[in-house]
Amino acid sequence: MSETAQMIEQRREHEAAEKTVFGFWVYLMTDCVLFAGLFAVFSVLRHNTYGGPNGHQLFDLPYTLGETFALLTSSFTCGLAMLAAQRRSKRAVLFWLGVTFLLGLTFLGMELNEFHGLIRAGDSWRRSGFLSSFFVLVGTHGLHITFGLLWMAVLGVYTWKKGLTDSIRKRLTLLSLFWHFLDVIWIFIFTIVYLYGSLNV
Amino acid sequence: MKKHLRVWLGVVIAALVVGVSGWYLRLHTIPVLQPAGVIGDKERNLLIFCSLLAVLIVVPVFTLLGVFAWKYREGNQRYAKYSPELTGNRMAETIWWVVPGIIVAIISVVTWQSTYALDPFKQLSSAKPTLHVQVIALDWKWLFIYPNQNIASVNEAAIPLNQPVDFEITSDAVMTSFWDPQLAGQMYAMPGMSAQQNLEANKIGSFPGWAANISGSGFARMTFTIRSMSKDNFAKWIGAAQHSGSKLTAARYAALAKPSTGNPVTYYSWVQPQLYNTTVLKYMTPKLPQLGKHTAGATRL
Amino acid sequence: MIAIHQFAFALLGKLSWSQLPQNNIERGGAAAIVLGLLLVIGTITYLKRWRWLWREWLTTQDPKRIGVMYIVVAFVMLLRGGGDAALLRTQQALSVGSSSGILSSNHFQQIVSAHGTIMIFFVAMGFMFGIINLVLPLQLGARDVAFPFMNATSFWLFFVGMALVNGSLVIGNFTAAGWLSYPPLSELKFSPTVGVDYWIWALQIAGVGSLLSGINFLVTILKMRAPGMTLMKMPMFAWSVLGSMSLVAFAFPMLTVTLALLALDRTIGTHFFTSGGGGNAMMYVNLIWAWGHPEVYILVLPAFGVWSEVVATFSRKHLFGYTSMVWAIAAIVLLSFTVWLHHFFTMGAGADVNAFFGIMTAVIAVPTGVKIFNWLFTMYRGRISFKTPMLWFIAFVVIFTIGGVAGVLMSVPAIDYQVHNSLFLVAHFHMMIVGGVVFADFAALTYWFPKIFGFRLHEGLGRLVYWFWGVGFIVAFVPLYILGFMGATRRLDHYSASLGWQPLFIVAGVGVALIGIGVAFQLLQLALSIWQRNQRRDLTGDPWNGRTLEWATPSPVPFYSFTKLPVVTDRDQFWADKESGKATRQEYEDIVLPKNSSLSVVIGGLAFLFGAGMVWHIYWLALLSLLGIVATLIIRSMNDEPEYRMSARTVEKLEHARLRQLKEYEAYHQ
Repeated sequence: MSETAQMIEQRREHEAAEKTVFGFWVYLMTDCVLFAGLFAVFSVLRHNTYGGPNGHQLFDLPYTLGETFALLTSSFTCGLAMLAAQRRSKRAVLFWLGVTFLLGLTFLGMELNEFHGLIRAGDSWRRSGFLSSFFVLVGTHGLHITFGLLWMAVLGVYTWKKGLTDSIRKRLTLLSLFWHFLDVIWIFIFTIVYLYGSLNV
Repeated sequence: MKKHLRVWLGVVIAALVVGVSGWYLRLHTIPVLQPAGVIGDKERNLLIFCSLLAVLIVVPVFTLLGVFAWKYREGNQRYAKYSPELTGNRMAETIWWVVPGIIVAIISVVTWQSTYALDPFKQLSSAKPTLHVQVIALDWKWLFIYPNQNIASVNEAAIPLNQPVDFEITSDAVMTSFWDPQLAGQMYAMPGMSAQQNLEANKIGSFPGWAANISGSGFARMTFTIRSMSKDNFAKWIGAAQHSGSKLTAARYAALAKPSTGNPVTYYSWVQPQLYNTTVLKYMTPKLPQLGKHTAGATRL
Repeated sequence: MIAIHQFAFALLGKLSWSQLPQNNIERGGAAAIVLGLLLVIGTITYLKRWRWLWREWLTTQDPKRIGVMYIVVAFVMLLRGGGDAALLRTQQALSVGSSSGILSSNHFQQIVSAHGTIMIFFVAMGFMFGIINLVLPLQLGARDVAFPFMNATSFWLFFVGMALVNGSLVIGNFTAAGWLSYPPLSELKFSPTVGVDYWIWALQIAGVGSLLSGINFLVTILKMRAPGMTLMKMPMFAWSVLGSMSLVAFAFPMLTVTLALLALDRTIGTHFFTSGGGGNAMMYVNLIWAWGHPEVYILVLPAFGVWSEVVATFSRKHLFGYTSMVWAIAAIVLLSFTVWLHHFFTMGAGADVNAFFGIMTAVIAVPTGVKIFNWLFTMYRGRISFKTPMLWFIAFVVIFTIGGVAGVLMSVPAIDYQVHNSLFLVAHFHMMIVGGVVFADFAALTYWFPKIFGFRLHEGLGRLVYWFWGVGFIVAFVPLYILGFMGATRRLDHYSASLGWQPLFIVAGVGVALIGIGVAFQLLQLALSIWQRNQRRDLTGDPWNGRTLEWATPSPVPFYSFTKLPVVTDRDQFWADKESGKATRQEYEDIVLPKNSSLSVVIGGLAFLFGAGMVWHIYWLALLSLLGIVATLIIRSMNDEPEYRMSARTVEKLEHARLRQLKEYEAYHQ
């Protein structure tokens, strides 16, 4: 391959990567609309307790703060993994991805534990419109986290097997975008659902 | 020759269509255009006014379409100019941003005023007292309760001529829509919600009404009649209902609320107190509050 | 016994023999679908075309072929939805007074719902995505869309949605609650059968496909335009797609949310839209229209794009007022999110809210009106050639203007109170969507047909199609305006004889029959054109004296589209090239194209099983299919070489072969 052909090739690949990242941003925007819809539903239904408990009675703010802490830290370690990827240090990437994964898993476990407690106490999504919207909003975020963890695991294996190729680094970028996005969504959930709920606003 | 034939054929067909349609329309009532109530009248007038405004847009569009299509057709090259480099004209484009803008501005003002003036929740001003009627949409019939007269009827309501009536509307089944086009527009009937339709009849007659939103298999047969009548006849109608002897107890109501079609017009001489209010409230809270028992539901929600 | 019953439920969910069609009309529909499917399978097997079909079509990632598949599905669905319409009008012409016609109420309501669902999601959307796939990359001077694999997957999700809706005819039933299935009627309490579930999952799966397409085309337009093609040099069709796809990206997630919540209400007992339990059905109506109104513009904007191309080409002039047109699209995109409440002025909102949404609705008519005037002035001082696409344009202006005026009337809440949910409304939106969108699809198909298949459609039959459709449409829908004023609501399966509506319903039915003849001529036109394809070859690649880049390619356009990607300096690039003589140059370059992939079909298949599992409550199947989809995506992500390279030499050889073929056709012509 001549020099110019190689350059053309590089430019093409660069454009392809740019296209993918841009496309992923557009996807995140649509996901944002999806969450906006769920937030709107929650704010319509949050007082529709139909004789059941409200957020003030149900939420354990310190516990949720713990969840929040786990997720925020995972976002930070995910950032460290990205920095490691820029340094092309495979071991550091794998280490920080591992930490991120464990923190994400902790978050998910805590969330499931919270759900379990509510359901056992008879306060499942069947109880009222408020609880339906609570479970579905928080649960949708949880599903996203689950998917993110799966993705992280698969990408971890790829990184381990194939090393930090251009393609793998591009995919790590997308994963970190996704993970930070979920972090932002969680901050909204924490504020609107848990904080306002506990304060009975 | 052939061309003349085509033109004549067109004229004959057009004349036939207009003639037959005119004859057909003269034979039938067109409730929206021939209203029998003060609200219906105003809504009709609004419809006509806005249609005339719209003509201001339709006429130039159709004229330009016809003229341009004819003049600039390929076969007319000798007589029509061809300017392939023409890409736009600021002046012209400004005109068709601004002129429709003005028409829409006029419509906006009309919209704003008429929406307030014809708000179905607004009580009509009148020297006469307002008659209260409560409407419960059931699968698939309409229950009308007259709280102050303490009577009820199925699929038929009577109202006195030239007196304002306030229909309160809810549903004890699915969502549907209460529509009597000759008197006023429609209003959704929804479980757990109480909506209103204020109207006043200014003609005597029987006016058919419909459930205007799909509500299950009996939907098409869920019709009712509003009869507007003189004050005396209205008093007689109420009296007849009061002497019908049948009481709308909670048990009878539960039976009536079961899905059915083709229910005959039925009158009840007594109504379970607070029937309307409890029907609305039971969807909002699992524990019904204790309500006063002395009236049949005059409390406004 | 109970244990067996529970086991059967776990295994088969709600499936049972009793779910097969129970009456003759349903059996006829089911038989038509099953026999049609068998006929197609038999023919392919007989002709030994399975391998060809799999390699050339089903696994393709070429947007042009994907486009053709969309259009084939959409056209078949047009026949299905049209058949539904014929049944509905027959019922309405007969079911008067003591007669109750040929359909039971519930069956009639299922057909009404199926008609609406199919026509919007699988006809209008199908044609739209088909045409975008065919034309958009070519117009942008690109060989492909941004994400070819995702594009193929979108098609298969669309296909699966279609298959579920039609599957409901064979086993089970369809929703009887209308094409938007409002709760509480669509809740489990009032609709306990699988009908609503079919509706939910068909739309959910097809909707995800549409959302992915939206993202795909958005990125294609913003990132893959030919060098030199600034946004303001894009063809107007591309602009309209940009507008439409931005709406898709914002609106379709709302549909996903709404349908998911209704599904949760029906399956796990949440209380989002139930009456009682703290649910709120009015929220559903708001949510579904927050998607539904933008959806109208999602459909109509690309149609506007088609008209812009058609009018400019057949008037042989630049599009009049390009910049105004762009601003009008932008205005429509923004305003389309501020009008959804006009679908339910009668829900009892305050006068202030109703008035606001009424005014916004009237305001959106301004940019639409601007577009109409710009098209009219594109004709001004043109040289108009009245080929069928241009004829469709004339019908469009007439019908769309009448329908639009009806729309402006309904934007005034106090008028809407009297015509809402009536046949007046039905006439209005058919005039907008058939006159505005479907006619544009027909014009587009006639216009771009030679580009894709290499030969033109029969013009004479095209005119017959046009007249039968146009006149039939007027006859079918003008009576509905009058019926609306007479008090006839939509979706009526029966009415009293004393109302005198029957003659108008019969006239409307005659209109539907005329449209039916038009459709028959469409099929004939297609068959005859294929039969005579050698006389109808488009040898130039530019049969209409076109203006934009797609006409710079030969007809039929080869799978690599351009031998060398074009450089753009002008809005009507190909027109400019023809003027300057640049259009005839032949240049070659190395080309990179996506490989075929069977995984899109696999995802489609699994999505079908997932949908069926959810509809019939066969949860193990749904779960396994979902895991299968995830596994397929992981397998796909292992593929590091989804593309292949074709050298400039190979392209040149293919081009020479094509030119030799062209010579043969020329000989045939003489």
